[in-house]
Amino acid sequence: MAIQSDTKPLLEVKNLRIEFPTRRGVLTAVDDISFDIMPGEVLGVVGESGAGKSLTGAAVIGLLEPPGRIAAGSISLEGQRIDNLPYEKMRQIRGRKIGAIFQDPLTSLNPLYSIGRQLVETIQTHTDMSESQARRRAVELLADVGIPAPERRVDQYPHQFSGGMRQRVVIALALAVNPKLVIADEPTTALDVSIQAQILDLIRKLCKERNVGVIIITHDMGVIAETADRVAVMYAGRIAEIGPVRDVIKHAKHPYTHGLMGSIPTIGHDTEKLTQIDGSMPRLTDIPRGCAFNPRCPKAFDKCFVDRPELIQVEQTRAACWLYEKEAVHG
Amino acid sequence: MADAALKQPAATGTEPVLKAHDLARYFDVSPPFLNRVIEGAPRQILKAVDGVSFEIQKGRTFSLVGESGCGKSTVARLVVGLYTPTRGALQFEGQNIAGLTRKQMVPIRRKMQMIFQDPYASLNPRWRVVDIIAEPLRFFDLTSGEAATQKRVGELLSFVGLSPKDGLKYPHEFSGGQRQRISIARALATRPRFLICDEPTSALDVSVQAQILNLMKELQRELGLTYLFISHNLAVVYHMSDDVGVMYLGKLVEVAPARTLFVKPRHPYTKLLLDTIPDLDMKGEERAPVAGEVPNPINPPSGCTFHPRCPFANDRCRAEIPQPIAMPDGAKVACHGVEEGRIPA
Repeated sequence: MAIQSDTKPLLEVKNLRIEFPTRRGVLTAVDDISFDIMPGEVLGVVGESGAGKSLTGAAVIGLLEPPGRIAAGSISLEGQRIDNLPYEKMRQIRGRKIGAIFQDPLTSLNPLYSIGRQLVETIQTHTDMSESQARRRAVELLADVGIPAPERRVDQYPHQFSGGMRQRVVIALALAVNPKLVIADEPTTALDVSIQAQILDLIRKLCKERNVGVIIITHDMGVIAETADRVAVMYAGRIAEIGPVRDVIKHAKHPYTHGLMGSIPTIGHDTEKLTQIDGSMPRLTDIPRGCAFNPRCPKAFDKCFVDRPELIQVEQTRAACWLYEKEAVHG
Repeated sequence: MADAALKQPAATGTEPVLKAHDLARYFDVSPPFLNRVIEGAPRQILKAVDGVSFEIQKGRTFSLVGESGCGKSTVARLVVGLYTPTRGALQFEGQNIAGLTRKQMVPIRRKMQMIFQDPYASLNPRWRVVDIIAEPLRFFDLTSGEAATQKRVGELLSFVGLSPKDGLKYPHEFSGGQRQRISIARALATRPRFLICDEPTSALDVSVQAQILNLMKELQRELGLTYLFISHNLAVVYHMSDDVGVMYLGKLVEVAPARTLFVKPRHPYTKLLLDTIPDLDMKGEERAPVAGEVPNPINPPSGCTFHPRCPFANDRCRAEIPQPIAMPDGAKVACHGVEEGRIPA
């Protein structure tokens, strides 16, 4: 779907910083990140564990767990700030305007209630439908997410569904009251590969049909390649590179993205040795000065150890890397 | 990082390191006796592994792939003797190892070691790394004296890319990738010839996964190790394997050299699995949507267990269990459709 440049972004995140106060000082888990999402757009957020991708999602949906807190920046949905709303106000937006899909479908569903009851409750909380209308809507939703015999299945309990079917129910819950934005945090990590493809297709199809913006948070580049329009690659709490999926995957600009792509084995490419990024991501307590990637970067030079790079436009993508500083100045 | 002391004598002959014939393991998952009597509930048998045959040649990597519940980890546990087989034969270096007692297994355990999936759960958090790695050395009495043990642990640590000084730390001080290196060092302590690796990288981030896969390949080359590699990640399997077996509901549906299997999959299930691999080349090819899920293994479908999901299934597939058939290029496929030539290549 082509995104018109004159439409206003659905979600705008500006200079977001998330901090955790600890006894040994304040840890900055997400540091000054900005991105936006257009209606109907799928943004992938990818990174290794500890990169801050899930925290970013949690902040957007207002479910950041204390002591974590938004220390700076703003999050706006349809032009309205949502990062500083009181709890009750945010609870209405969550569910009504923002839906969520989490990794483990078994923990997202209440085992004691039939899925019909959970759907009806969600629908009635956010709309003024009657019980029977809500139930009809629940059956429709189950049919939309591809559950066979929805009239019968609606009265069953979560344990009577397989993993893939449960995740479909969670998707139905997330889309129950036509939200504008869906946040999917590792939606297929707990599923088998053959089911994973079905679920990703479903999320993408339903959201495109309904013009819902989606943030897919994952560690798996394959998931991003399959579903996202744009991708943000996170490293040590910052966005290392952001741009259209094709450009980031095929022509990665940031040395981290480049190394990450090379470290994924691909079928049909015979290599004895995978590209290896030595070391691992720094802990929050000792993020190096300058570019956080500098100890692992094969191309690091003087400046990288001193100053922190901001995102610079490089061809189709933007990368936070000093290698491209000159191009930006002259081009 | 050559280590002459760890090297094995060169391969002799073509005797397979491991040979499994009609290997099976059933689990009794019946309701308790009283329920069976009162409710008339029948006995229920879960056939986790049901008649699996394969061979692994020296110095090669044989991989098992399949979705959760297909029995691939059960095969690994059968091979190391954590389960006794319900049926079938298992030979390690020509010696039968199926149904040996714990005591009889001891000398065999020295020669085959296992690397587990979760490096957080497989290392004792209360032990220092040096003791974790020294445990097999002490158990098998492989070194003479404490000084020699310490020296050997140091060697092993540097061998997997850690520093000998790291031995004094506890597991929690290491990242996931480093812990997996410790597991590998522990597995190598007894100078095994055969390693069973059950999803060794699936708990790791991709950049760390690459480090571990590279290390495992390097070790294999240097020490002439043989691997039984278990993974659900097809790309990792392609990268690591010489031969691949695809499992579905406790049976091997296709066994073939890796290059053959990935270029020319024959069994409809193998094709389905290969179709689900995300396309990182971004060729923009539309993938055929895959329908259905793995059925409940307690009540598997009749005949070929894949028939409810198979687009080529006919009456014979629903009734008769297919047997593996050897193909001219070395592949073995258990499929009536392939046998009859009605499935397009």
